[in-house]
Amino acid sequence: MAVSPFRSRQFMIPFSICWFAWISMQHLALYTMGMNWFEALTDSLVSNTLLIYVSMLLFTILRFYLPRTNTVITLFIWIILLTTGWFFASDMILNLIFNKDSHYQTLLANTWPVRFAIGFLINGCVSLVGYAYFNWQERTDTEQKKNEAEKLSKEAELYKLRQQLQPHFLFNALNSINALIGSRPAEAREMVQQLSDFLRTTLRKDEQQWIKLEDEIQSLQLYLDIEKVRFGHRLHTQLEMESGALAMQLPALLLQPLVENAIKFGLYDTTDELRIYMLAKTINGQLEITVENPFDASTAQGQKGTGFGLSSVQRRLYLMFGRNDLLQTTVKENIFSTTVIIPQPIATNK
Amino acid sequence: MQYKVLIIDDEPLARSMVLEYLQDFPQLQVLEECGNGFEGVKAIQQHTPDLIFLDIQMPKITGFEMLELLEEPPAVIFTTAFDEYAVQAFEQNAVDYLLKPFSKQRFAKAIHKWMEQDQSNTTPVTEQLLKAAAHHPLQSDRIVVKNGSKISIIPVQDIHYLEAADDYVKIVTAAGSFLKKQTMSFFEDTLNASSFVRTHRSYMVQVQQITRIDPYEKENHVAVLRSGIKIPVSRAGYPKLKAMLGL
Repeated sequence: MAVSPFRSRQFMIPFSICWFAWISMQHLALYTMGMNWFEALTDSLVSNTLLIYVSMLLFTILRFYLPRTNTVITLFIWIILLTTGWFFASDMILNLIFNKDSHYQTLLANTWPVRFAIGFLINGCVSLVGYAYFNWQERTDTEQKKNEAEKLSKEAELYKLRQQLQPHFLFNALNSINALIGSRPAEAREMVQQLSDFLRTTLRKDEQQWIKLEDEIQSLQLYLDIEKVRFGHRLHTQLEMESGALAMQLPALLLQPLVENAIKFGLYDTTDELRIYMLAKTINGQLEITVENPFDASTAQGQKGTGFGLSSVQRRLYLMFGRNDLLQTTVKENIFSTTVIIPQPIATNK
Repeated sequence: MQYKVLIIDDEPLARSMVLEYLQDFPQLQVLEECGNGFEGVKAIQQHTPDLIFLDIQMPKITGFEMLELLEEPPAVIFTTAFDEYAVQAFEQNAVDYLLKPFSKQRFAKAIHKWMEQDQSNTTPVTEQLLKAAAHHPLQSDRIVVKNGSKISIIPVQDIHYLEAADDYVKIVTAAGSFLKKQTMSFFEDTLNASSFVRTHRSYMVQVQQITRIDPYEKENHVAVLRSGIKIPVSRAGYPKLKAMLGL
């Protein structure tokens, strides 16, 4: 959210000086037009104080609803409406204050086009300044977010690499290969191949931001194959994909942590067979992926041990899309499911 | 002389690896292979093995937690993919640890080391080991207890208080109370010091459970828990409790 400039002293001091100058100027103008100094001062104070409020209101509107190029007309309408409102309000108040002074009332009535024009101009200027100010703030904000997103995706990649090269995956896989060499050398060879292919795709991925689901599924399959050799008949996986979903895109290295998490939790949370189910589909032009794993509600500690896995996915999604609602987890009986929605990149993005 | 051996590991291939290497040691007889800690506890009670090969990360309960459930744990050689750094803490306490994947030579060395050791007395070693293991993030937030053949996993945050009971510690939660063969000082060492306070020689309380502290007799106090239970606070325990509550 953009910060209001009214919060900063740096802004408020020149702002107040300007308003004083403006009030004095109007006071002077009205004085030369034939009002006495008291009438001129009251008039100037009342109408300009009201104008300050209207301008601040405009500023606040801009702060929360910054118009895009095609909605600038709404802003224009707002300015006209607020100026009109201001005009009638100040006119009414001044008429009430000086209700017995016909000389003043004639002057007031005669100056209305000028008053309205000036009010409109000022409100217009304020909106212009506000528009520029908040636009600039939004841009810096986006820039900052983008930088952070880049940094974090880099960190995630590094983490991924470290993770994949960590004992529990790599060393256990190597241990399985070691065991296979003695008894089933052909399978050992196949597993070496799978492990190499998998490591290669992970190493290659860090250059790309977006990746097709089809490609991500391929490396995921390699990973699952390796895990299946390790855990034998305990691990079953079922991947379902709607045909349209395969061509959709997702950020690289986003799906893997979800599945890894499901496997880790499933495997260490039950002693029975483990079924990991994944469904990818298209909803309203967005990619929706659900991963399900069984878990034991009585012993799982609210899946808080997942720590980095899910929270890093959540954080990355936030930085990429500015939304916190893209990752949802639900618990239904003894099934833990994680759903992630991925808005598709606009065509201009690679 | 024949020795009884068990292999406990959740990966079938990892078990077959140990089995294969053991072919060089005909005096070691494998009685059973187990795929998780529950099976392990059962098999150990049934066979009373001389030596077990034990993986650390396994379904439901870790290898360490499994050991905690045993009255008289056998000698242990860990087979694990834990990184060296994490295992160093346990190094001095186990017979040996084998980092996966391990070689035949390394395996043989571990077996010889065990055979040379005094095999009659492994309990103190194992106690030290379990203390070290309880600090590990893998299991620092839960306690595993056994009641007959039923094994329960208690999340640490569910504990209301602990009470010493002879050789056991009674762990009281909303779901009931459990006995674990352990000392109070063990829990004082291993439970998170920012959420538990030892209010009395025989009591340790989860601070969050305390609703108020009442004076009791002359200079003593009692801490009243949300469940309404009153826990004695000794003269030494009172300042500790006050400090924890920021009073």
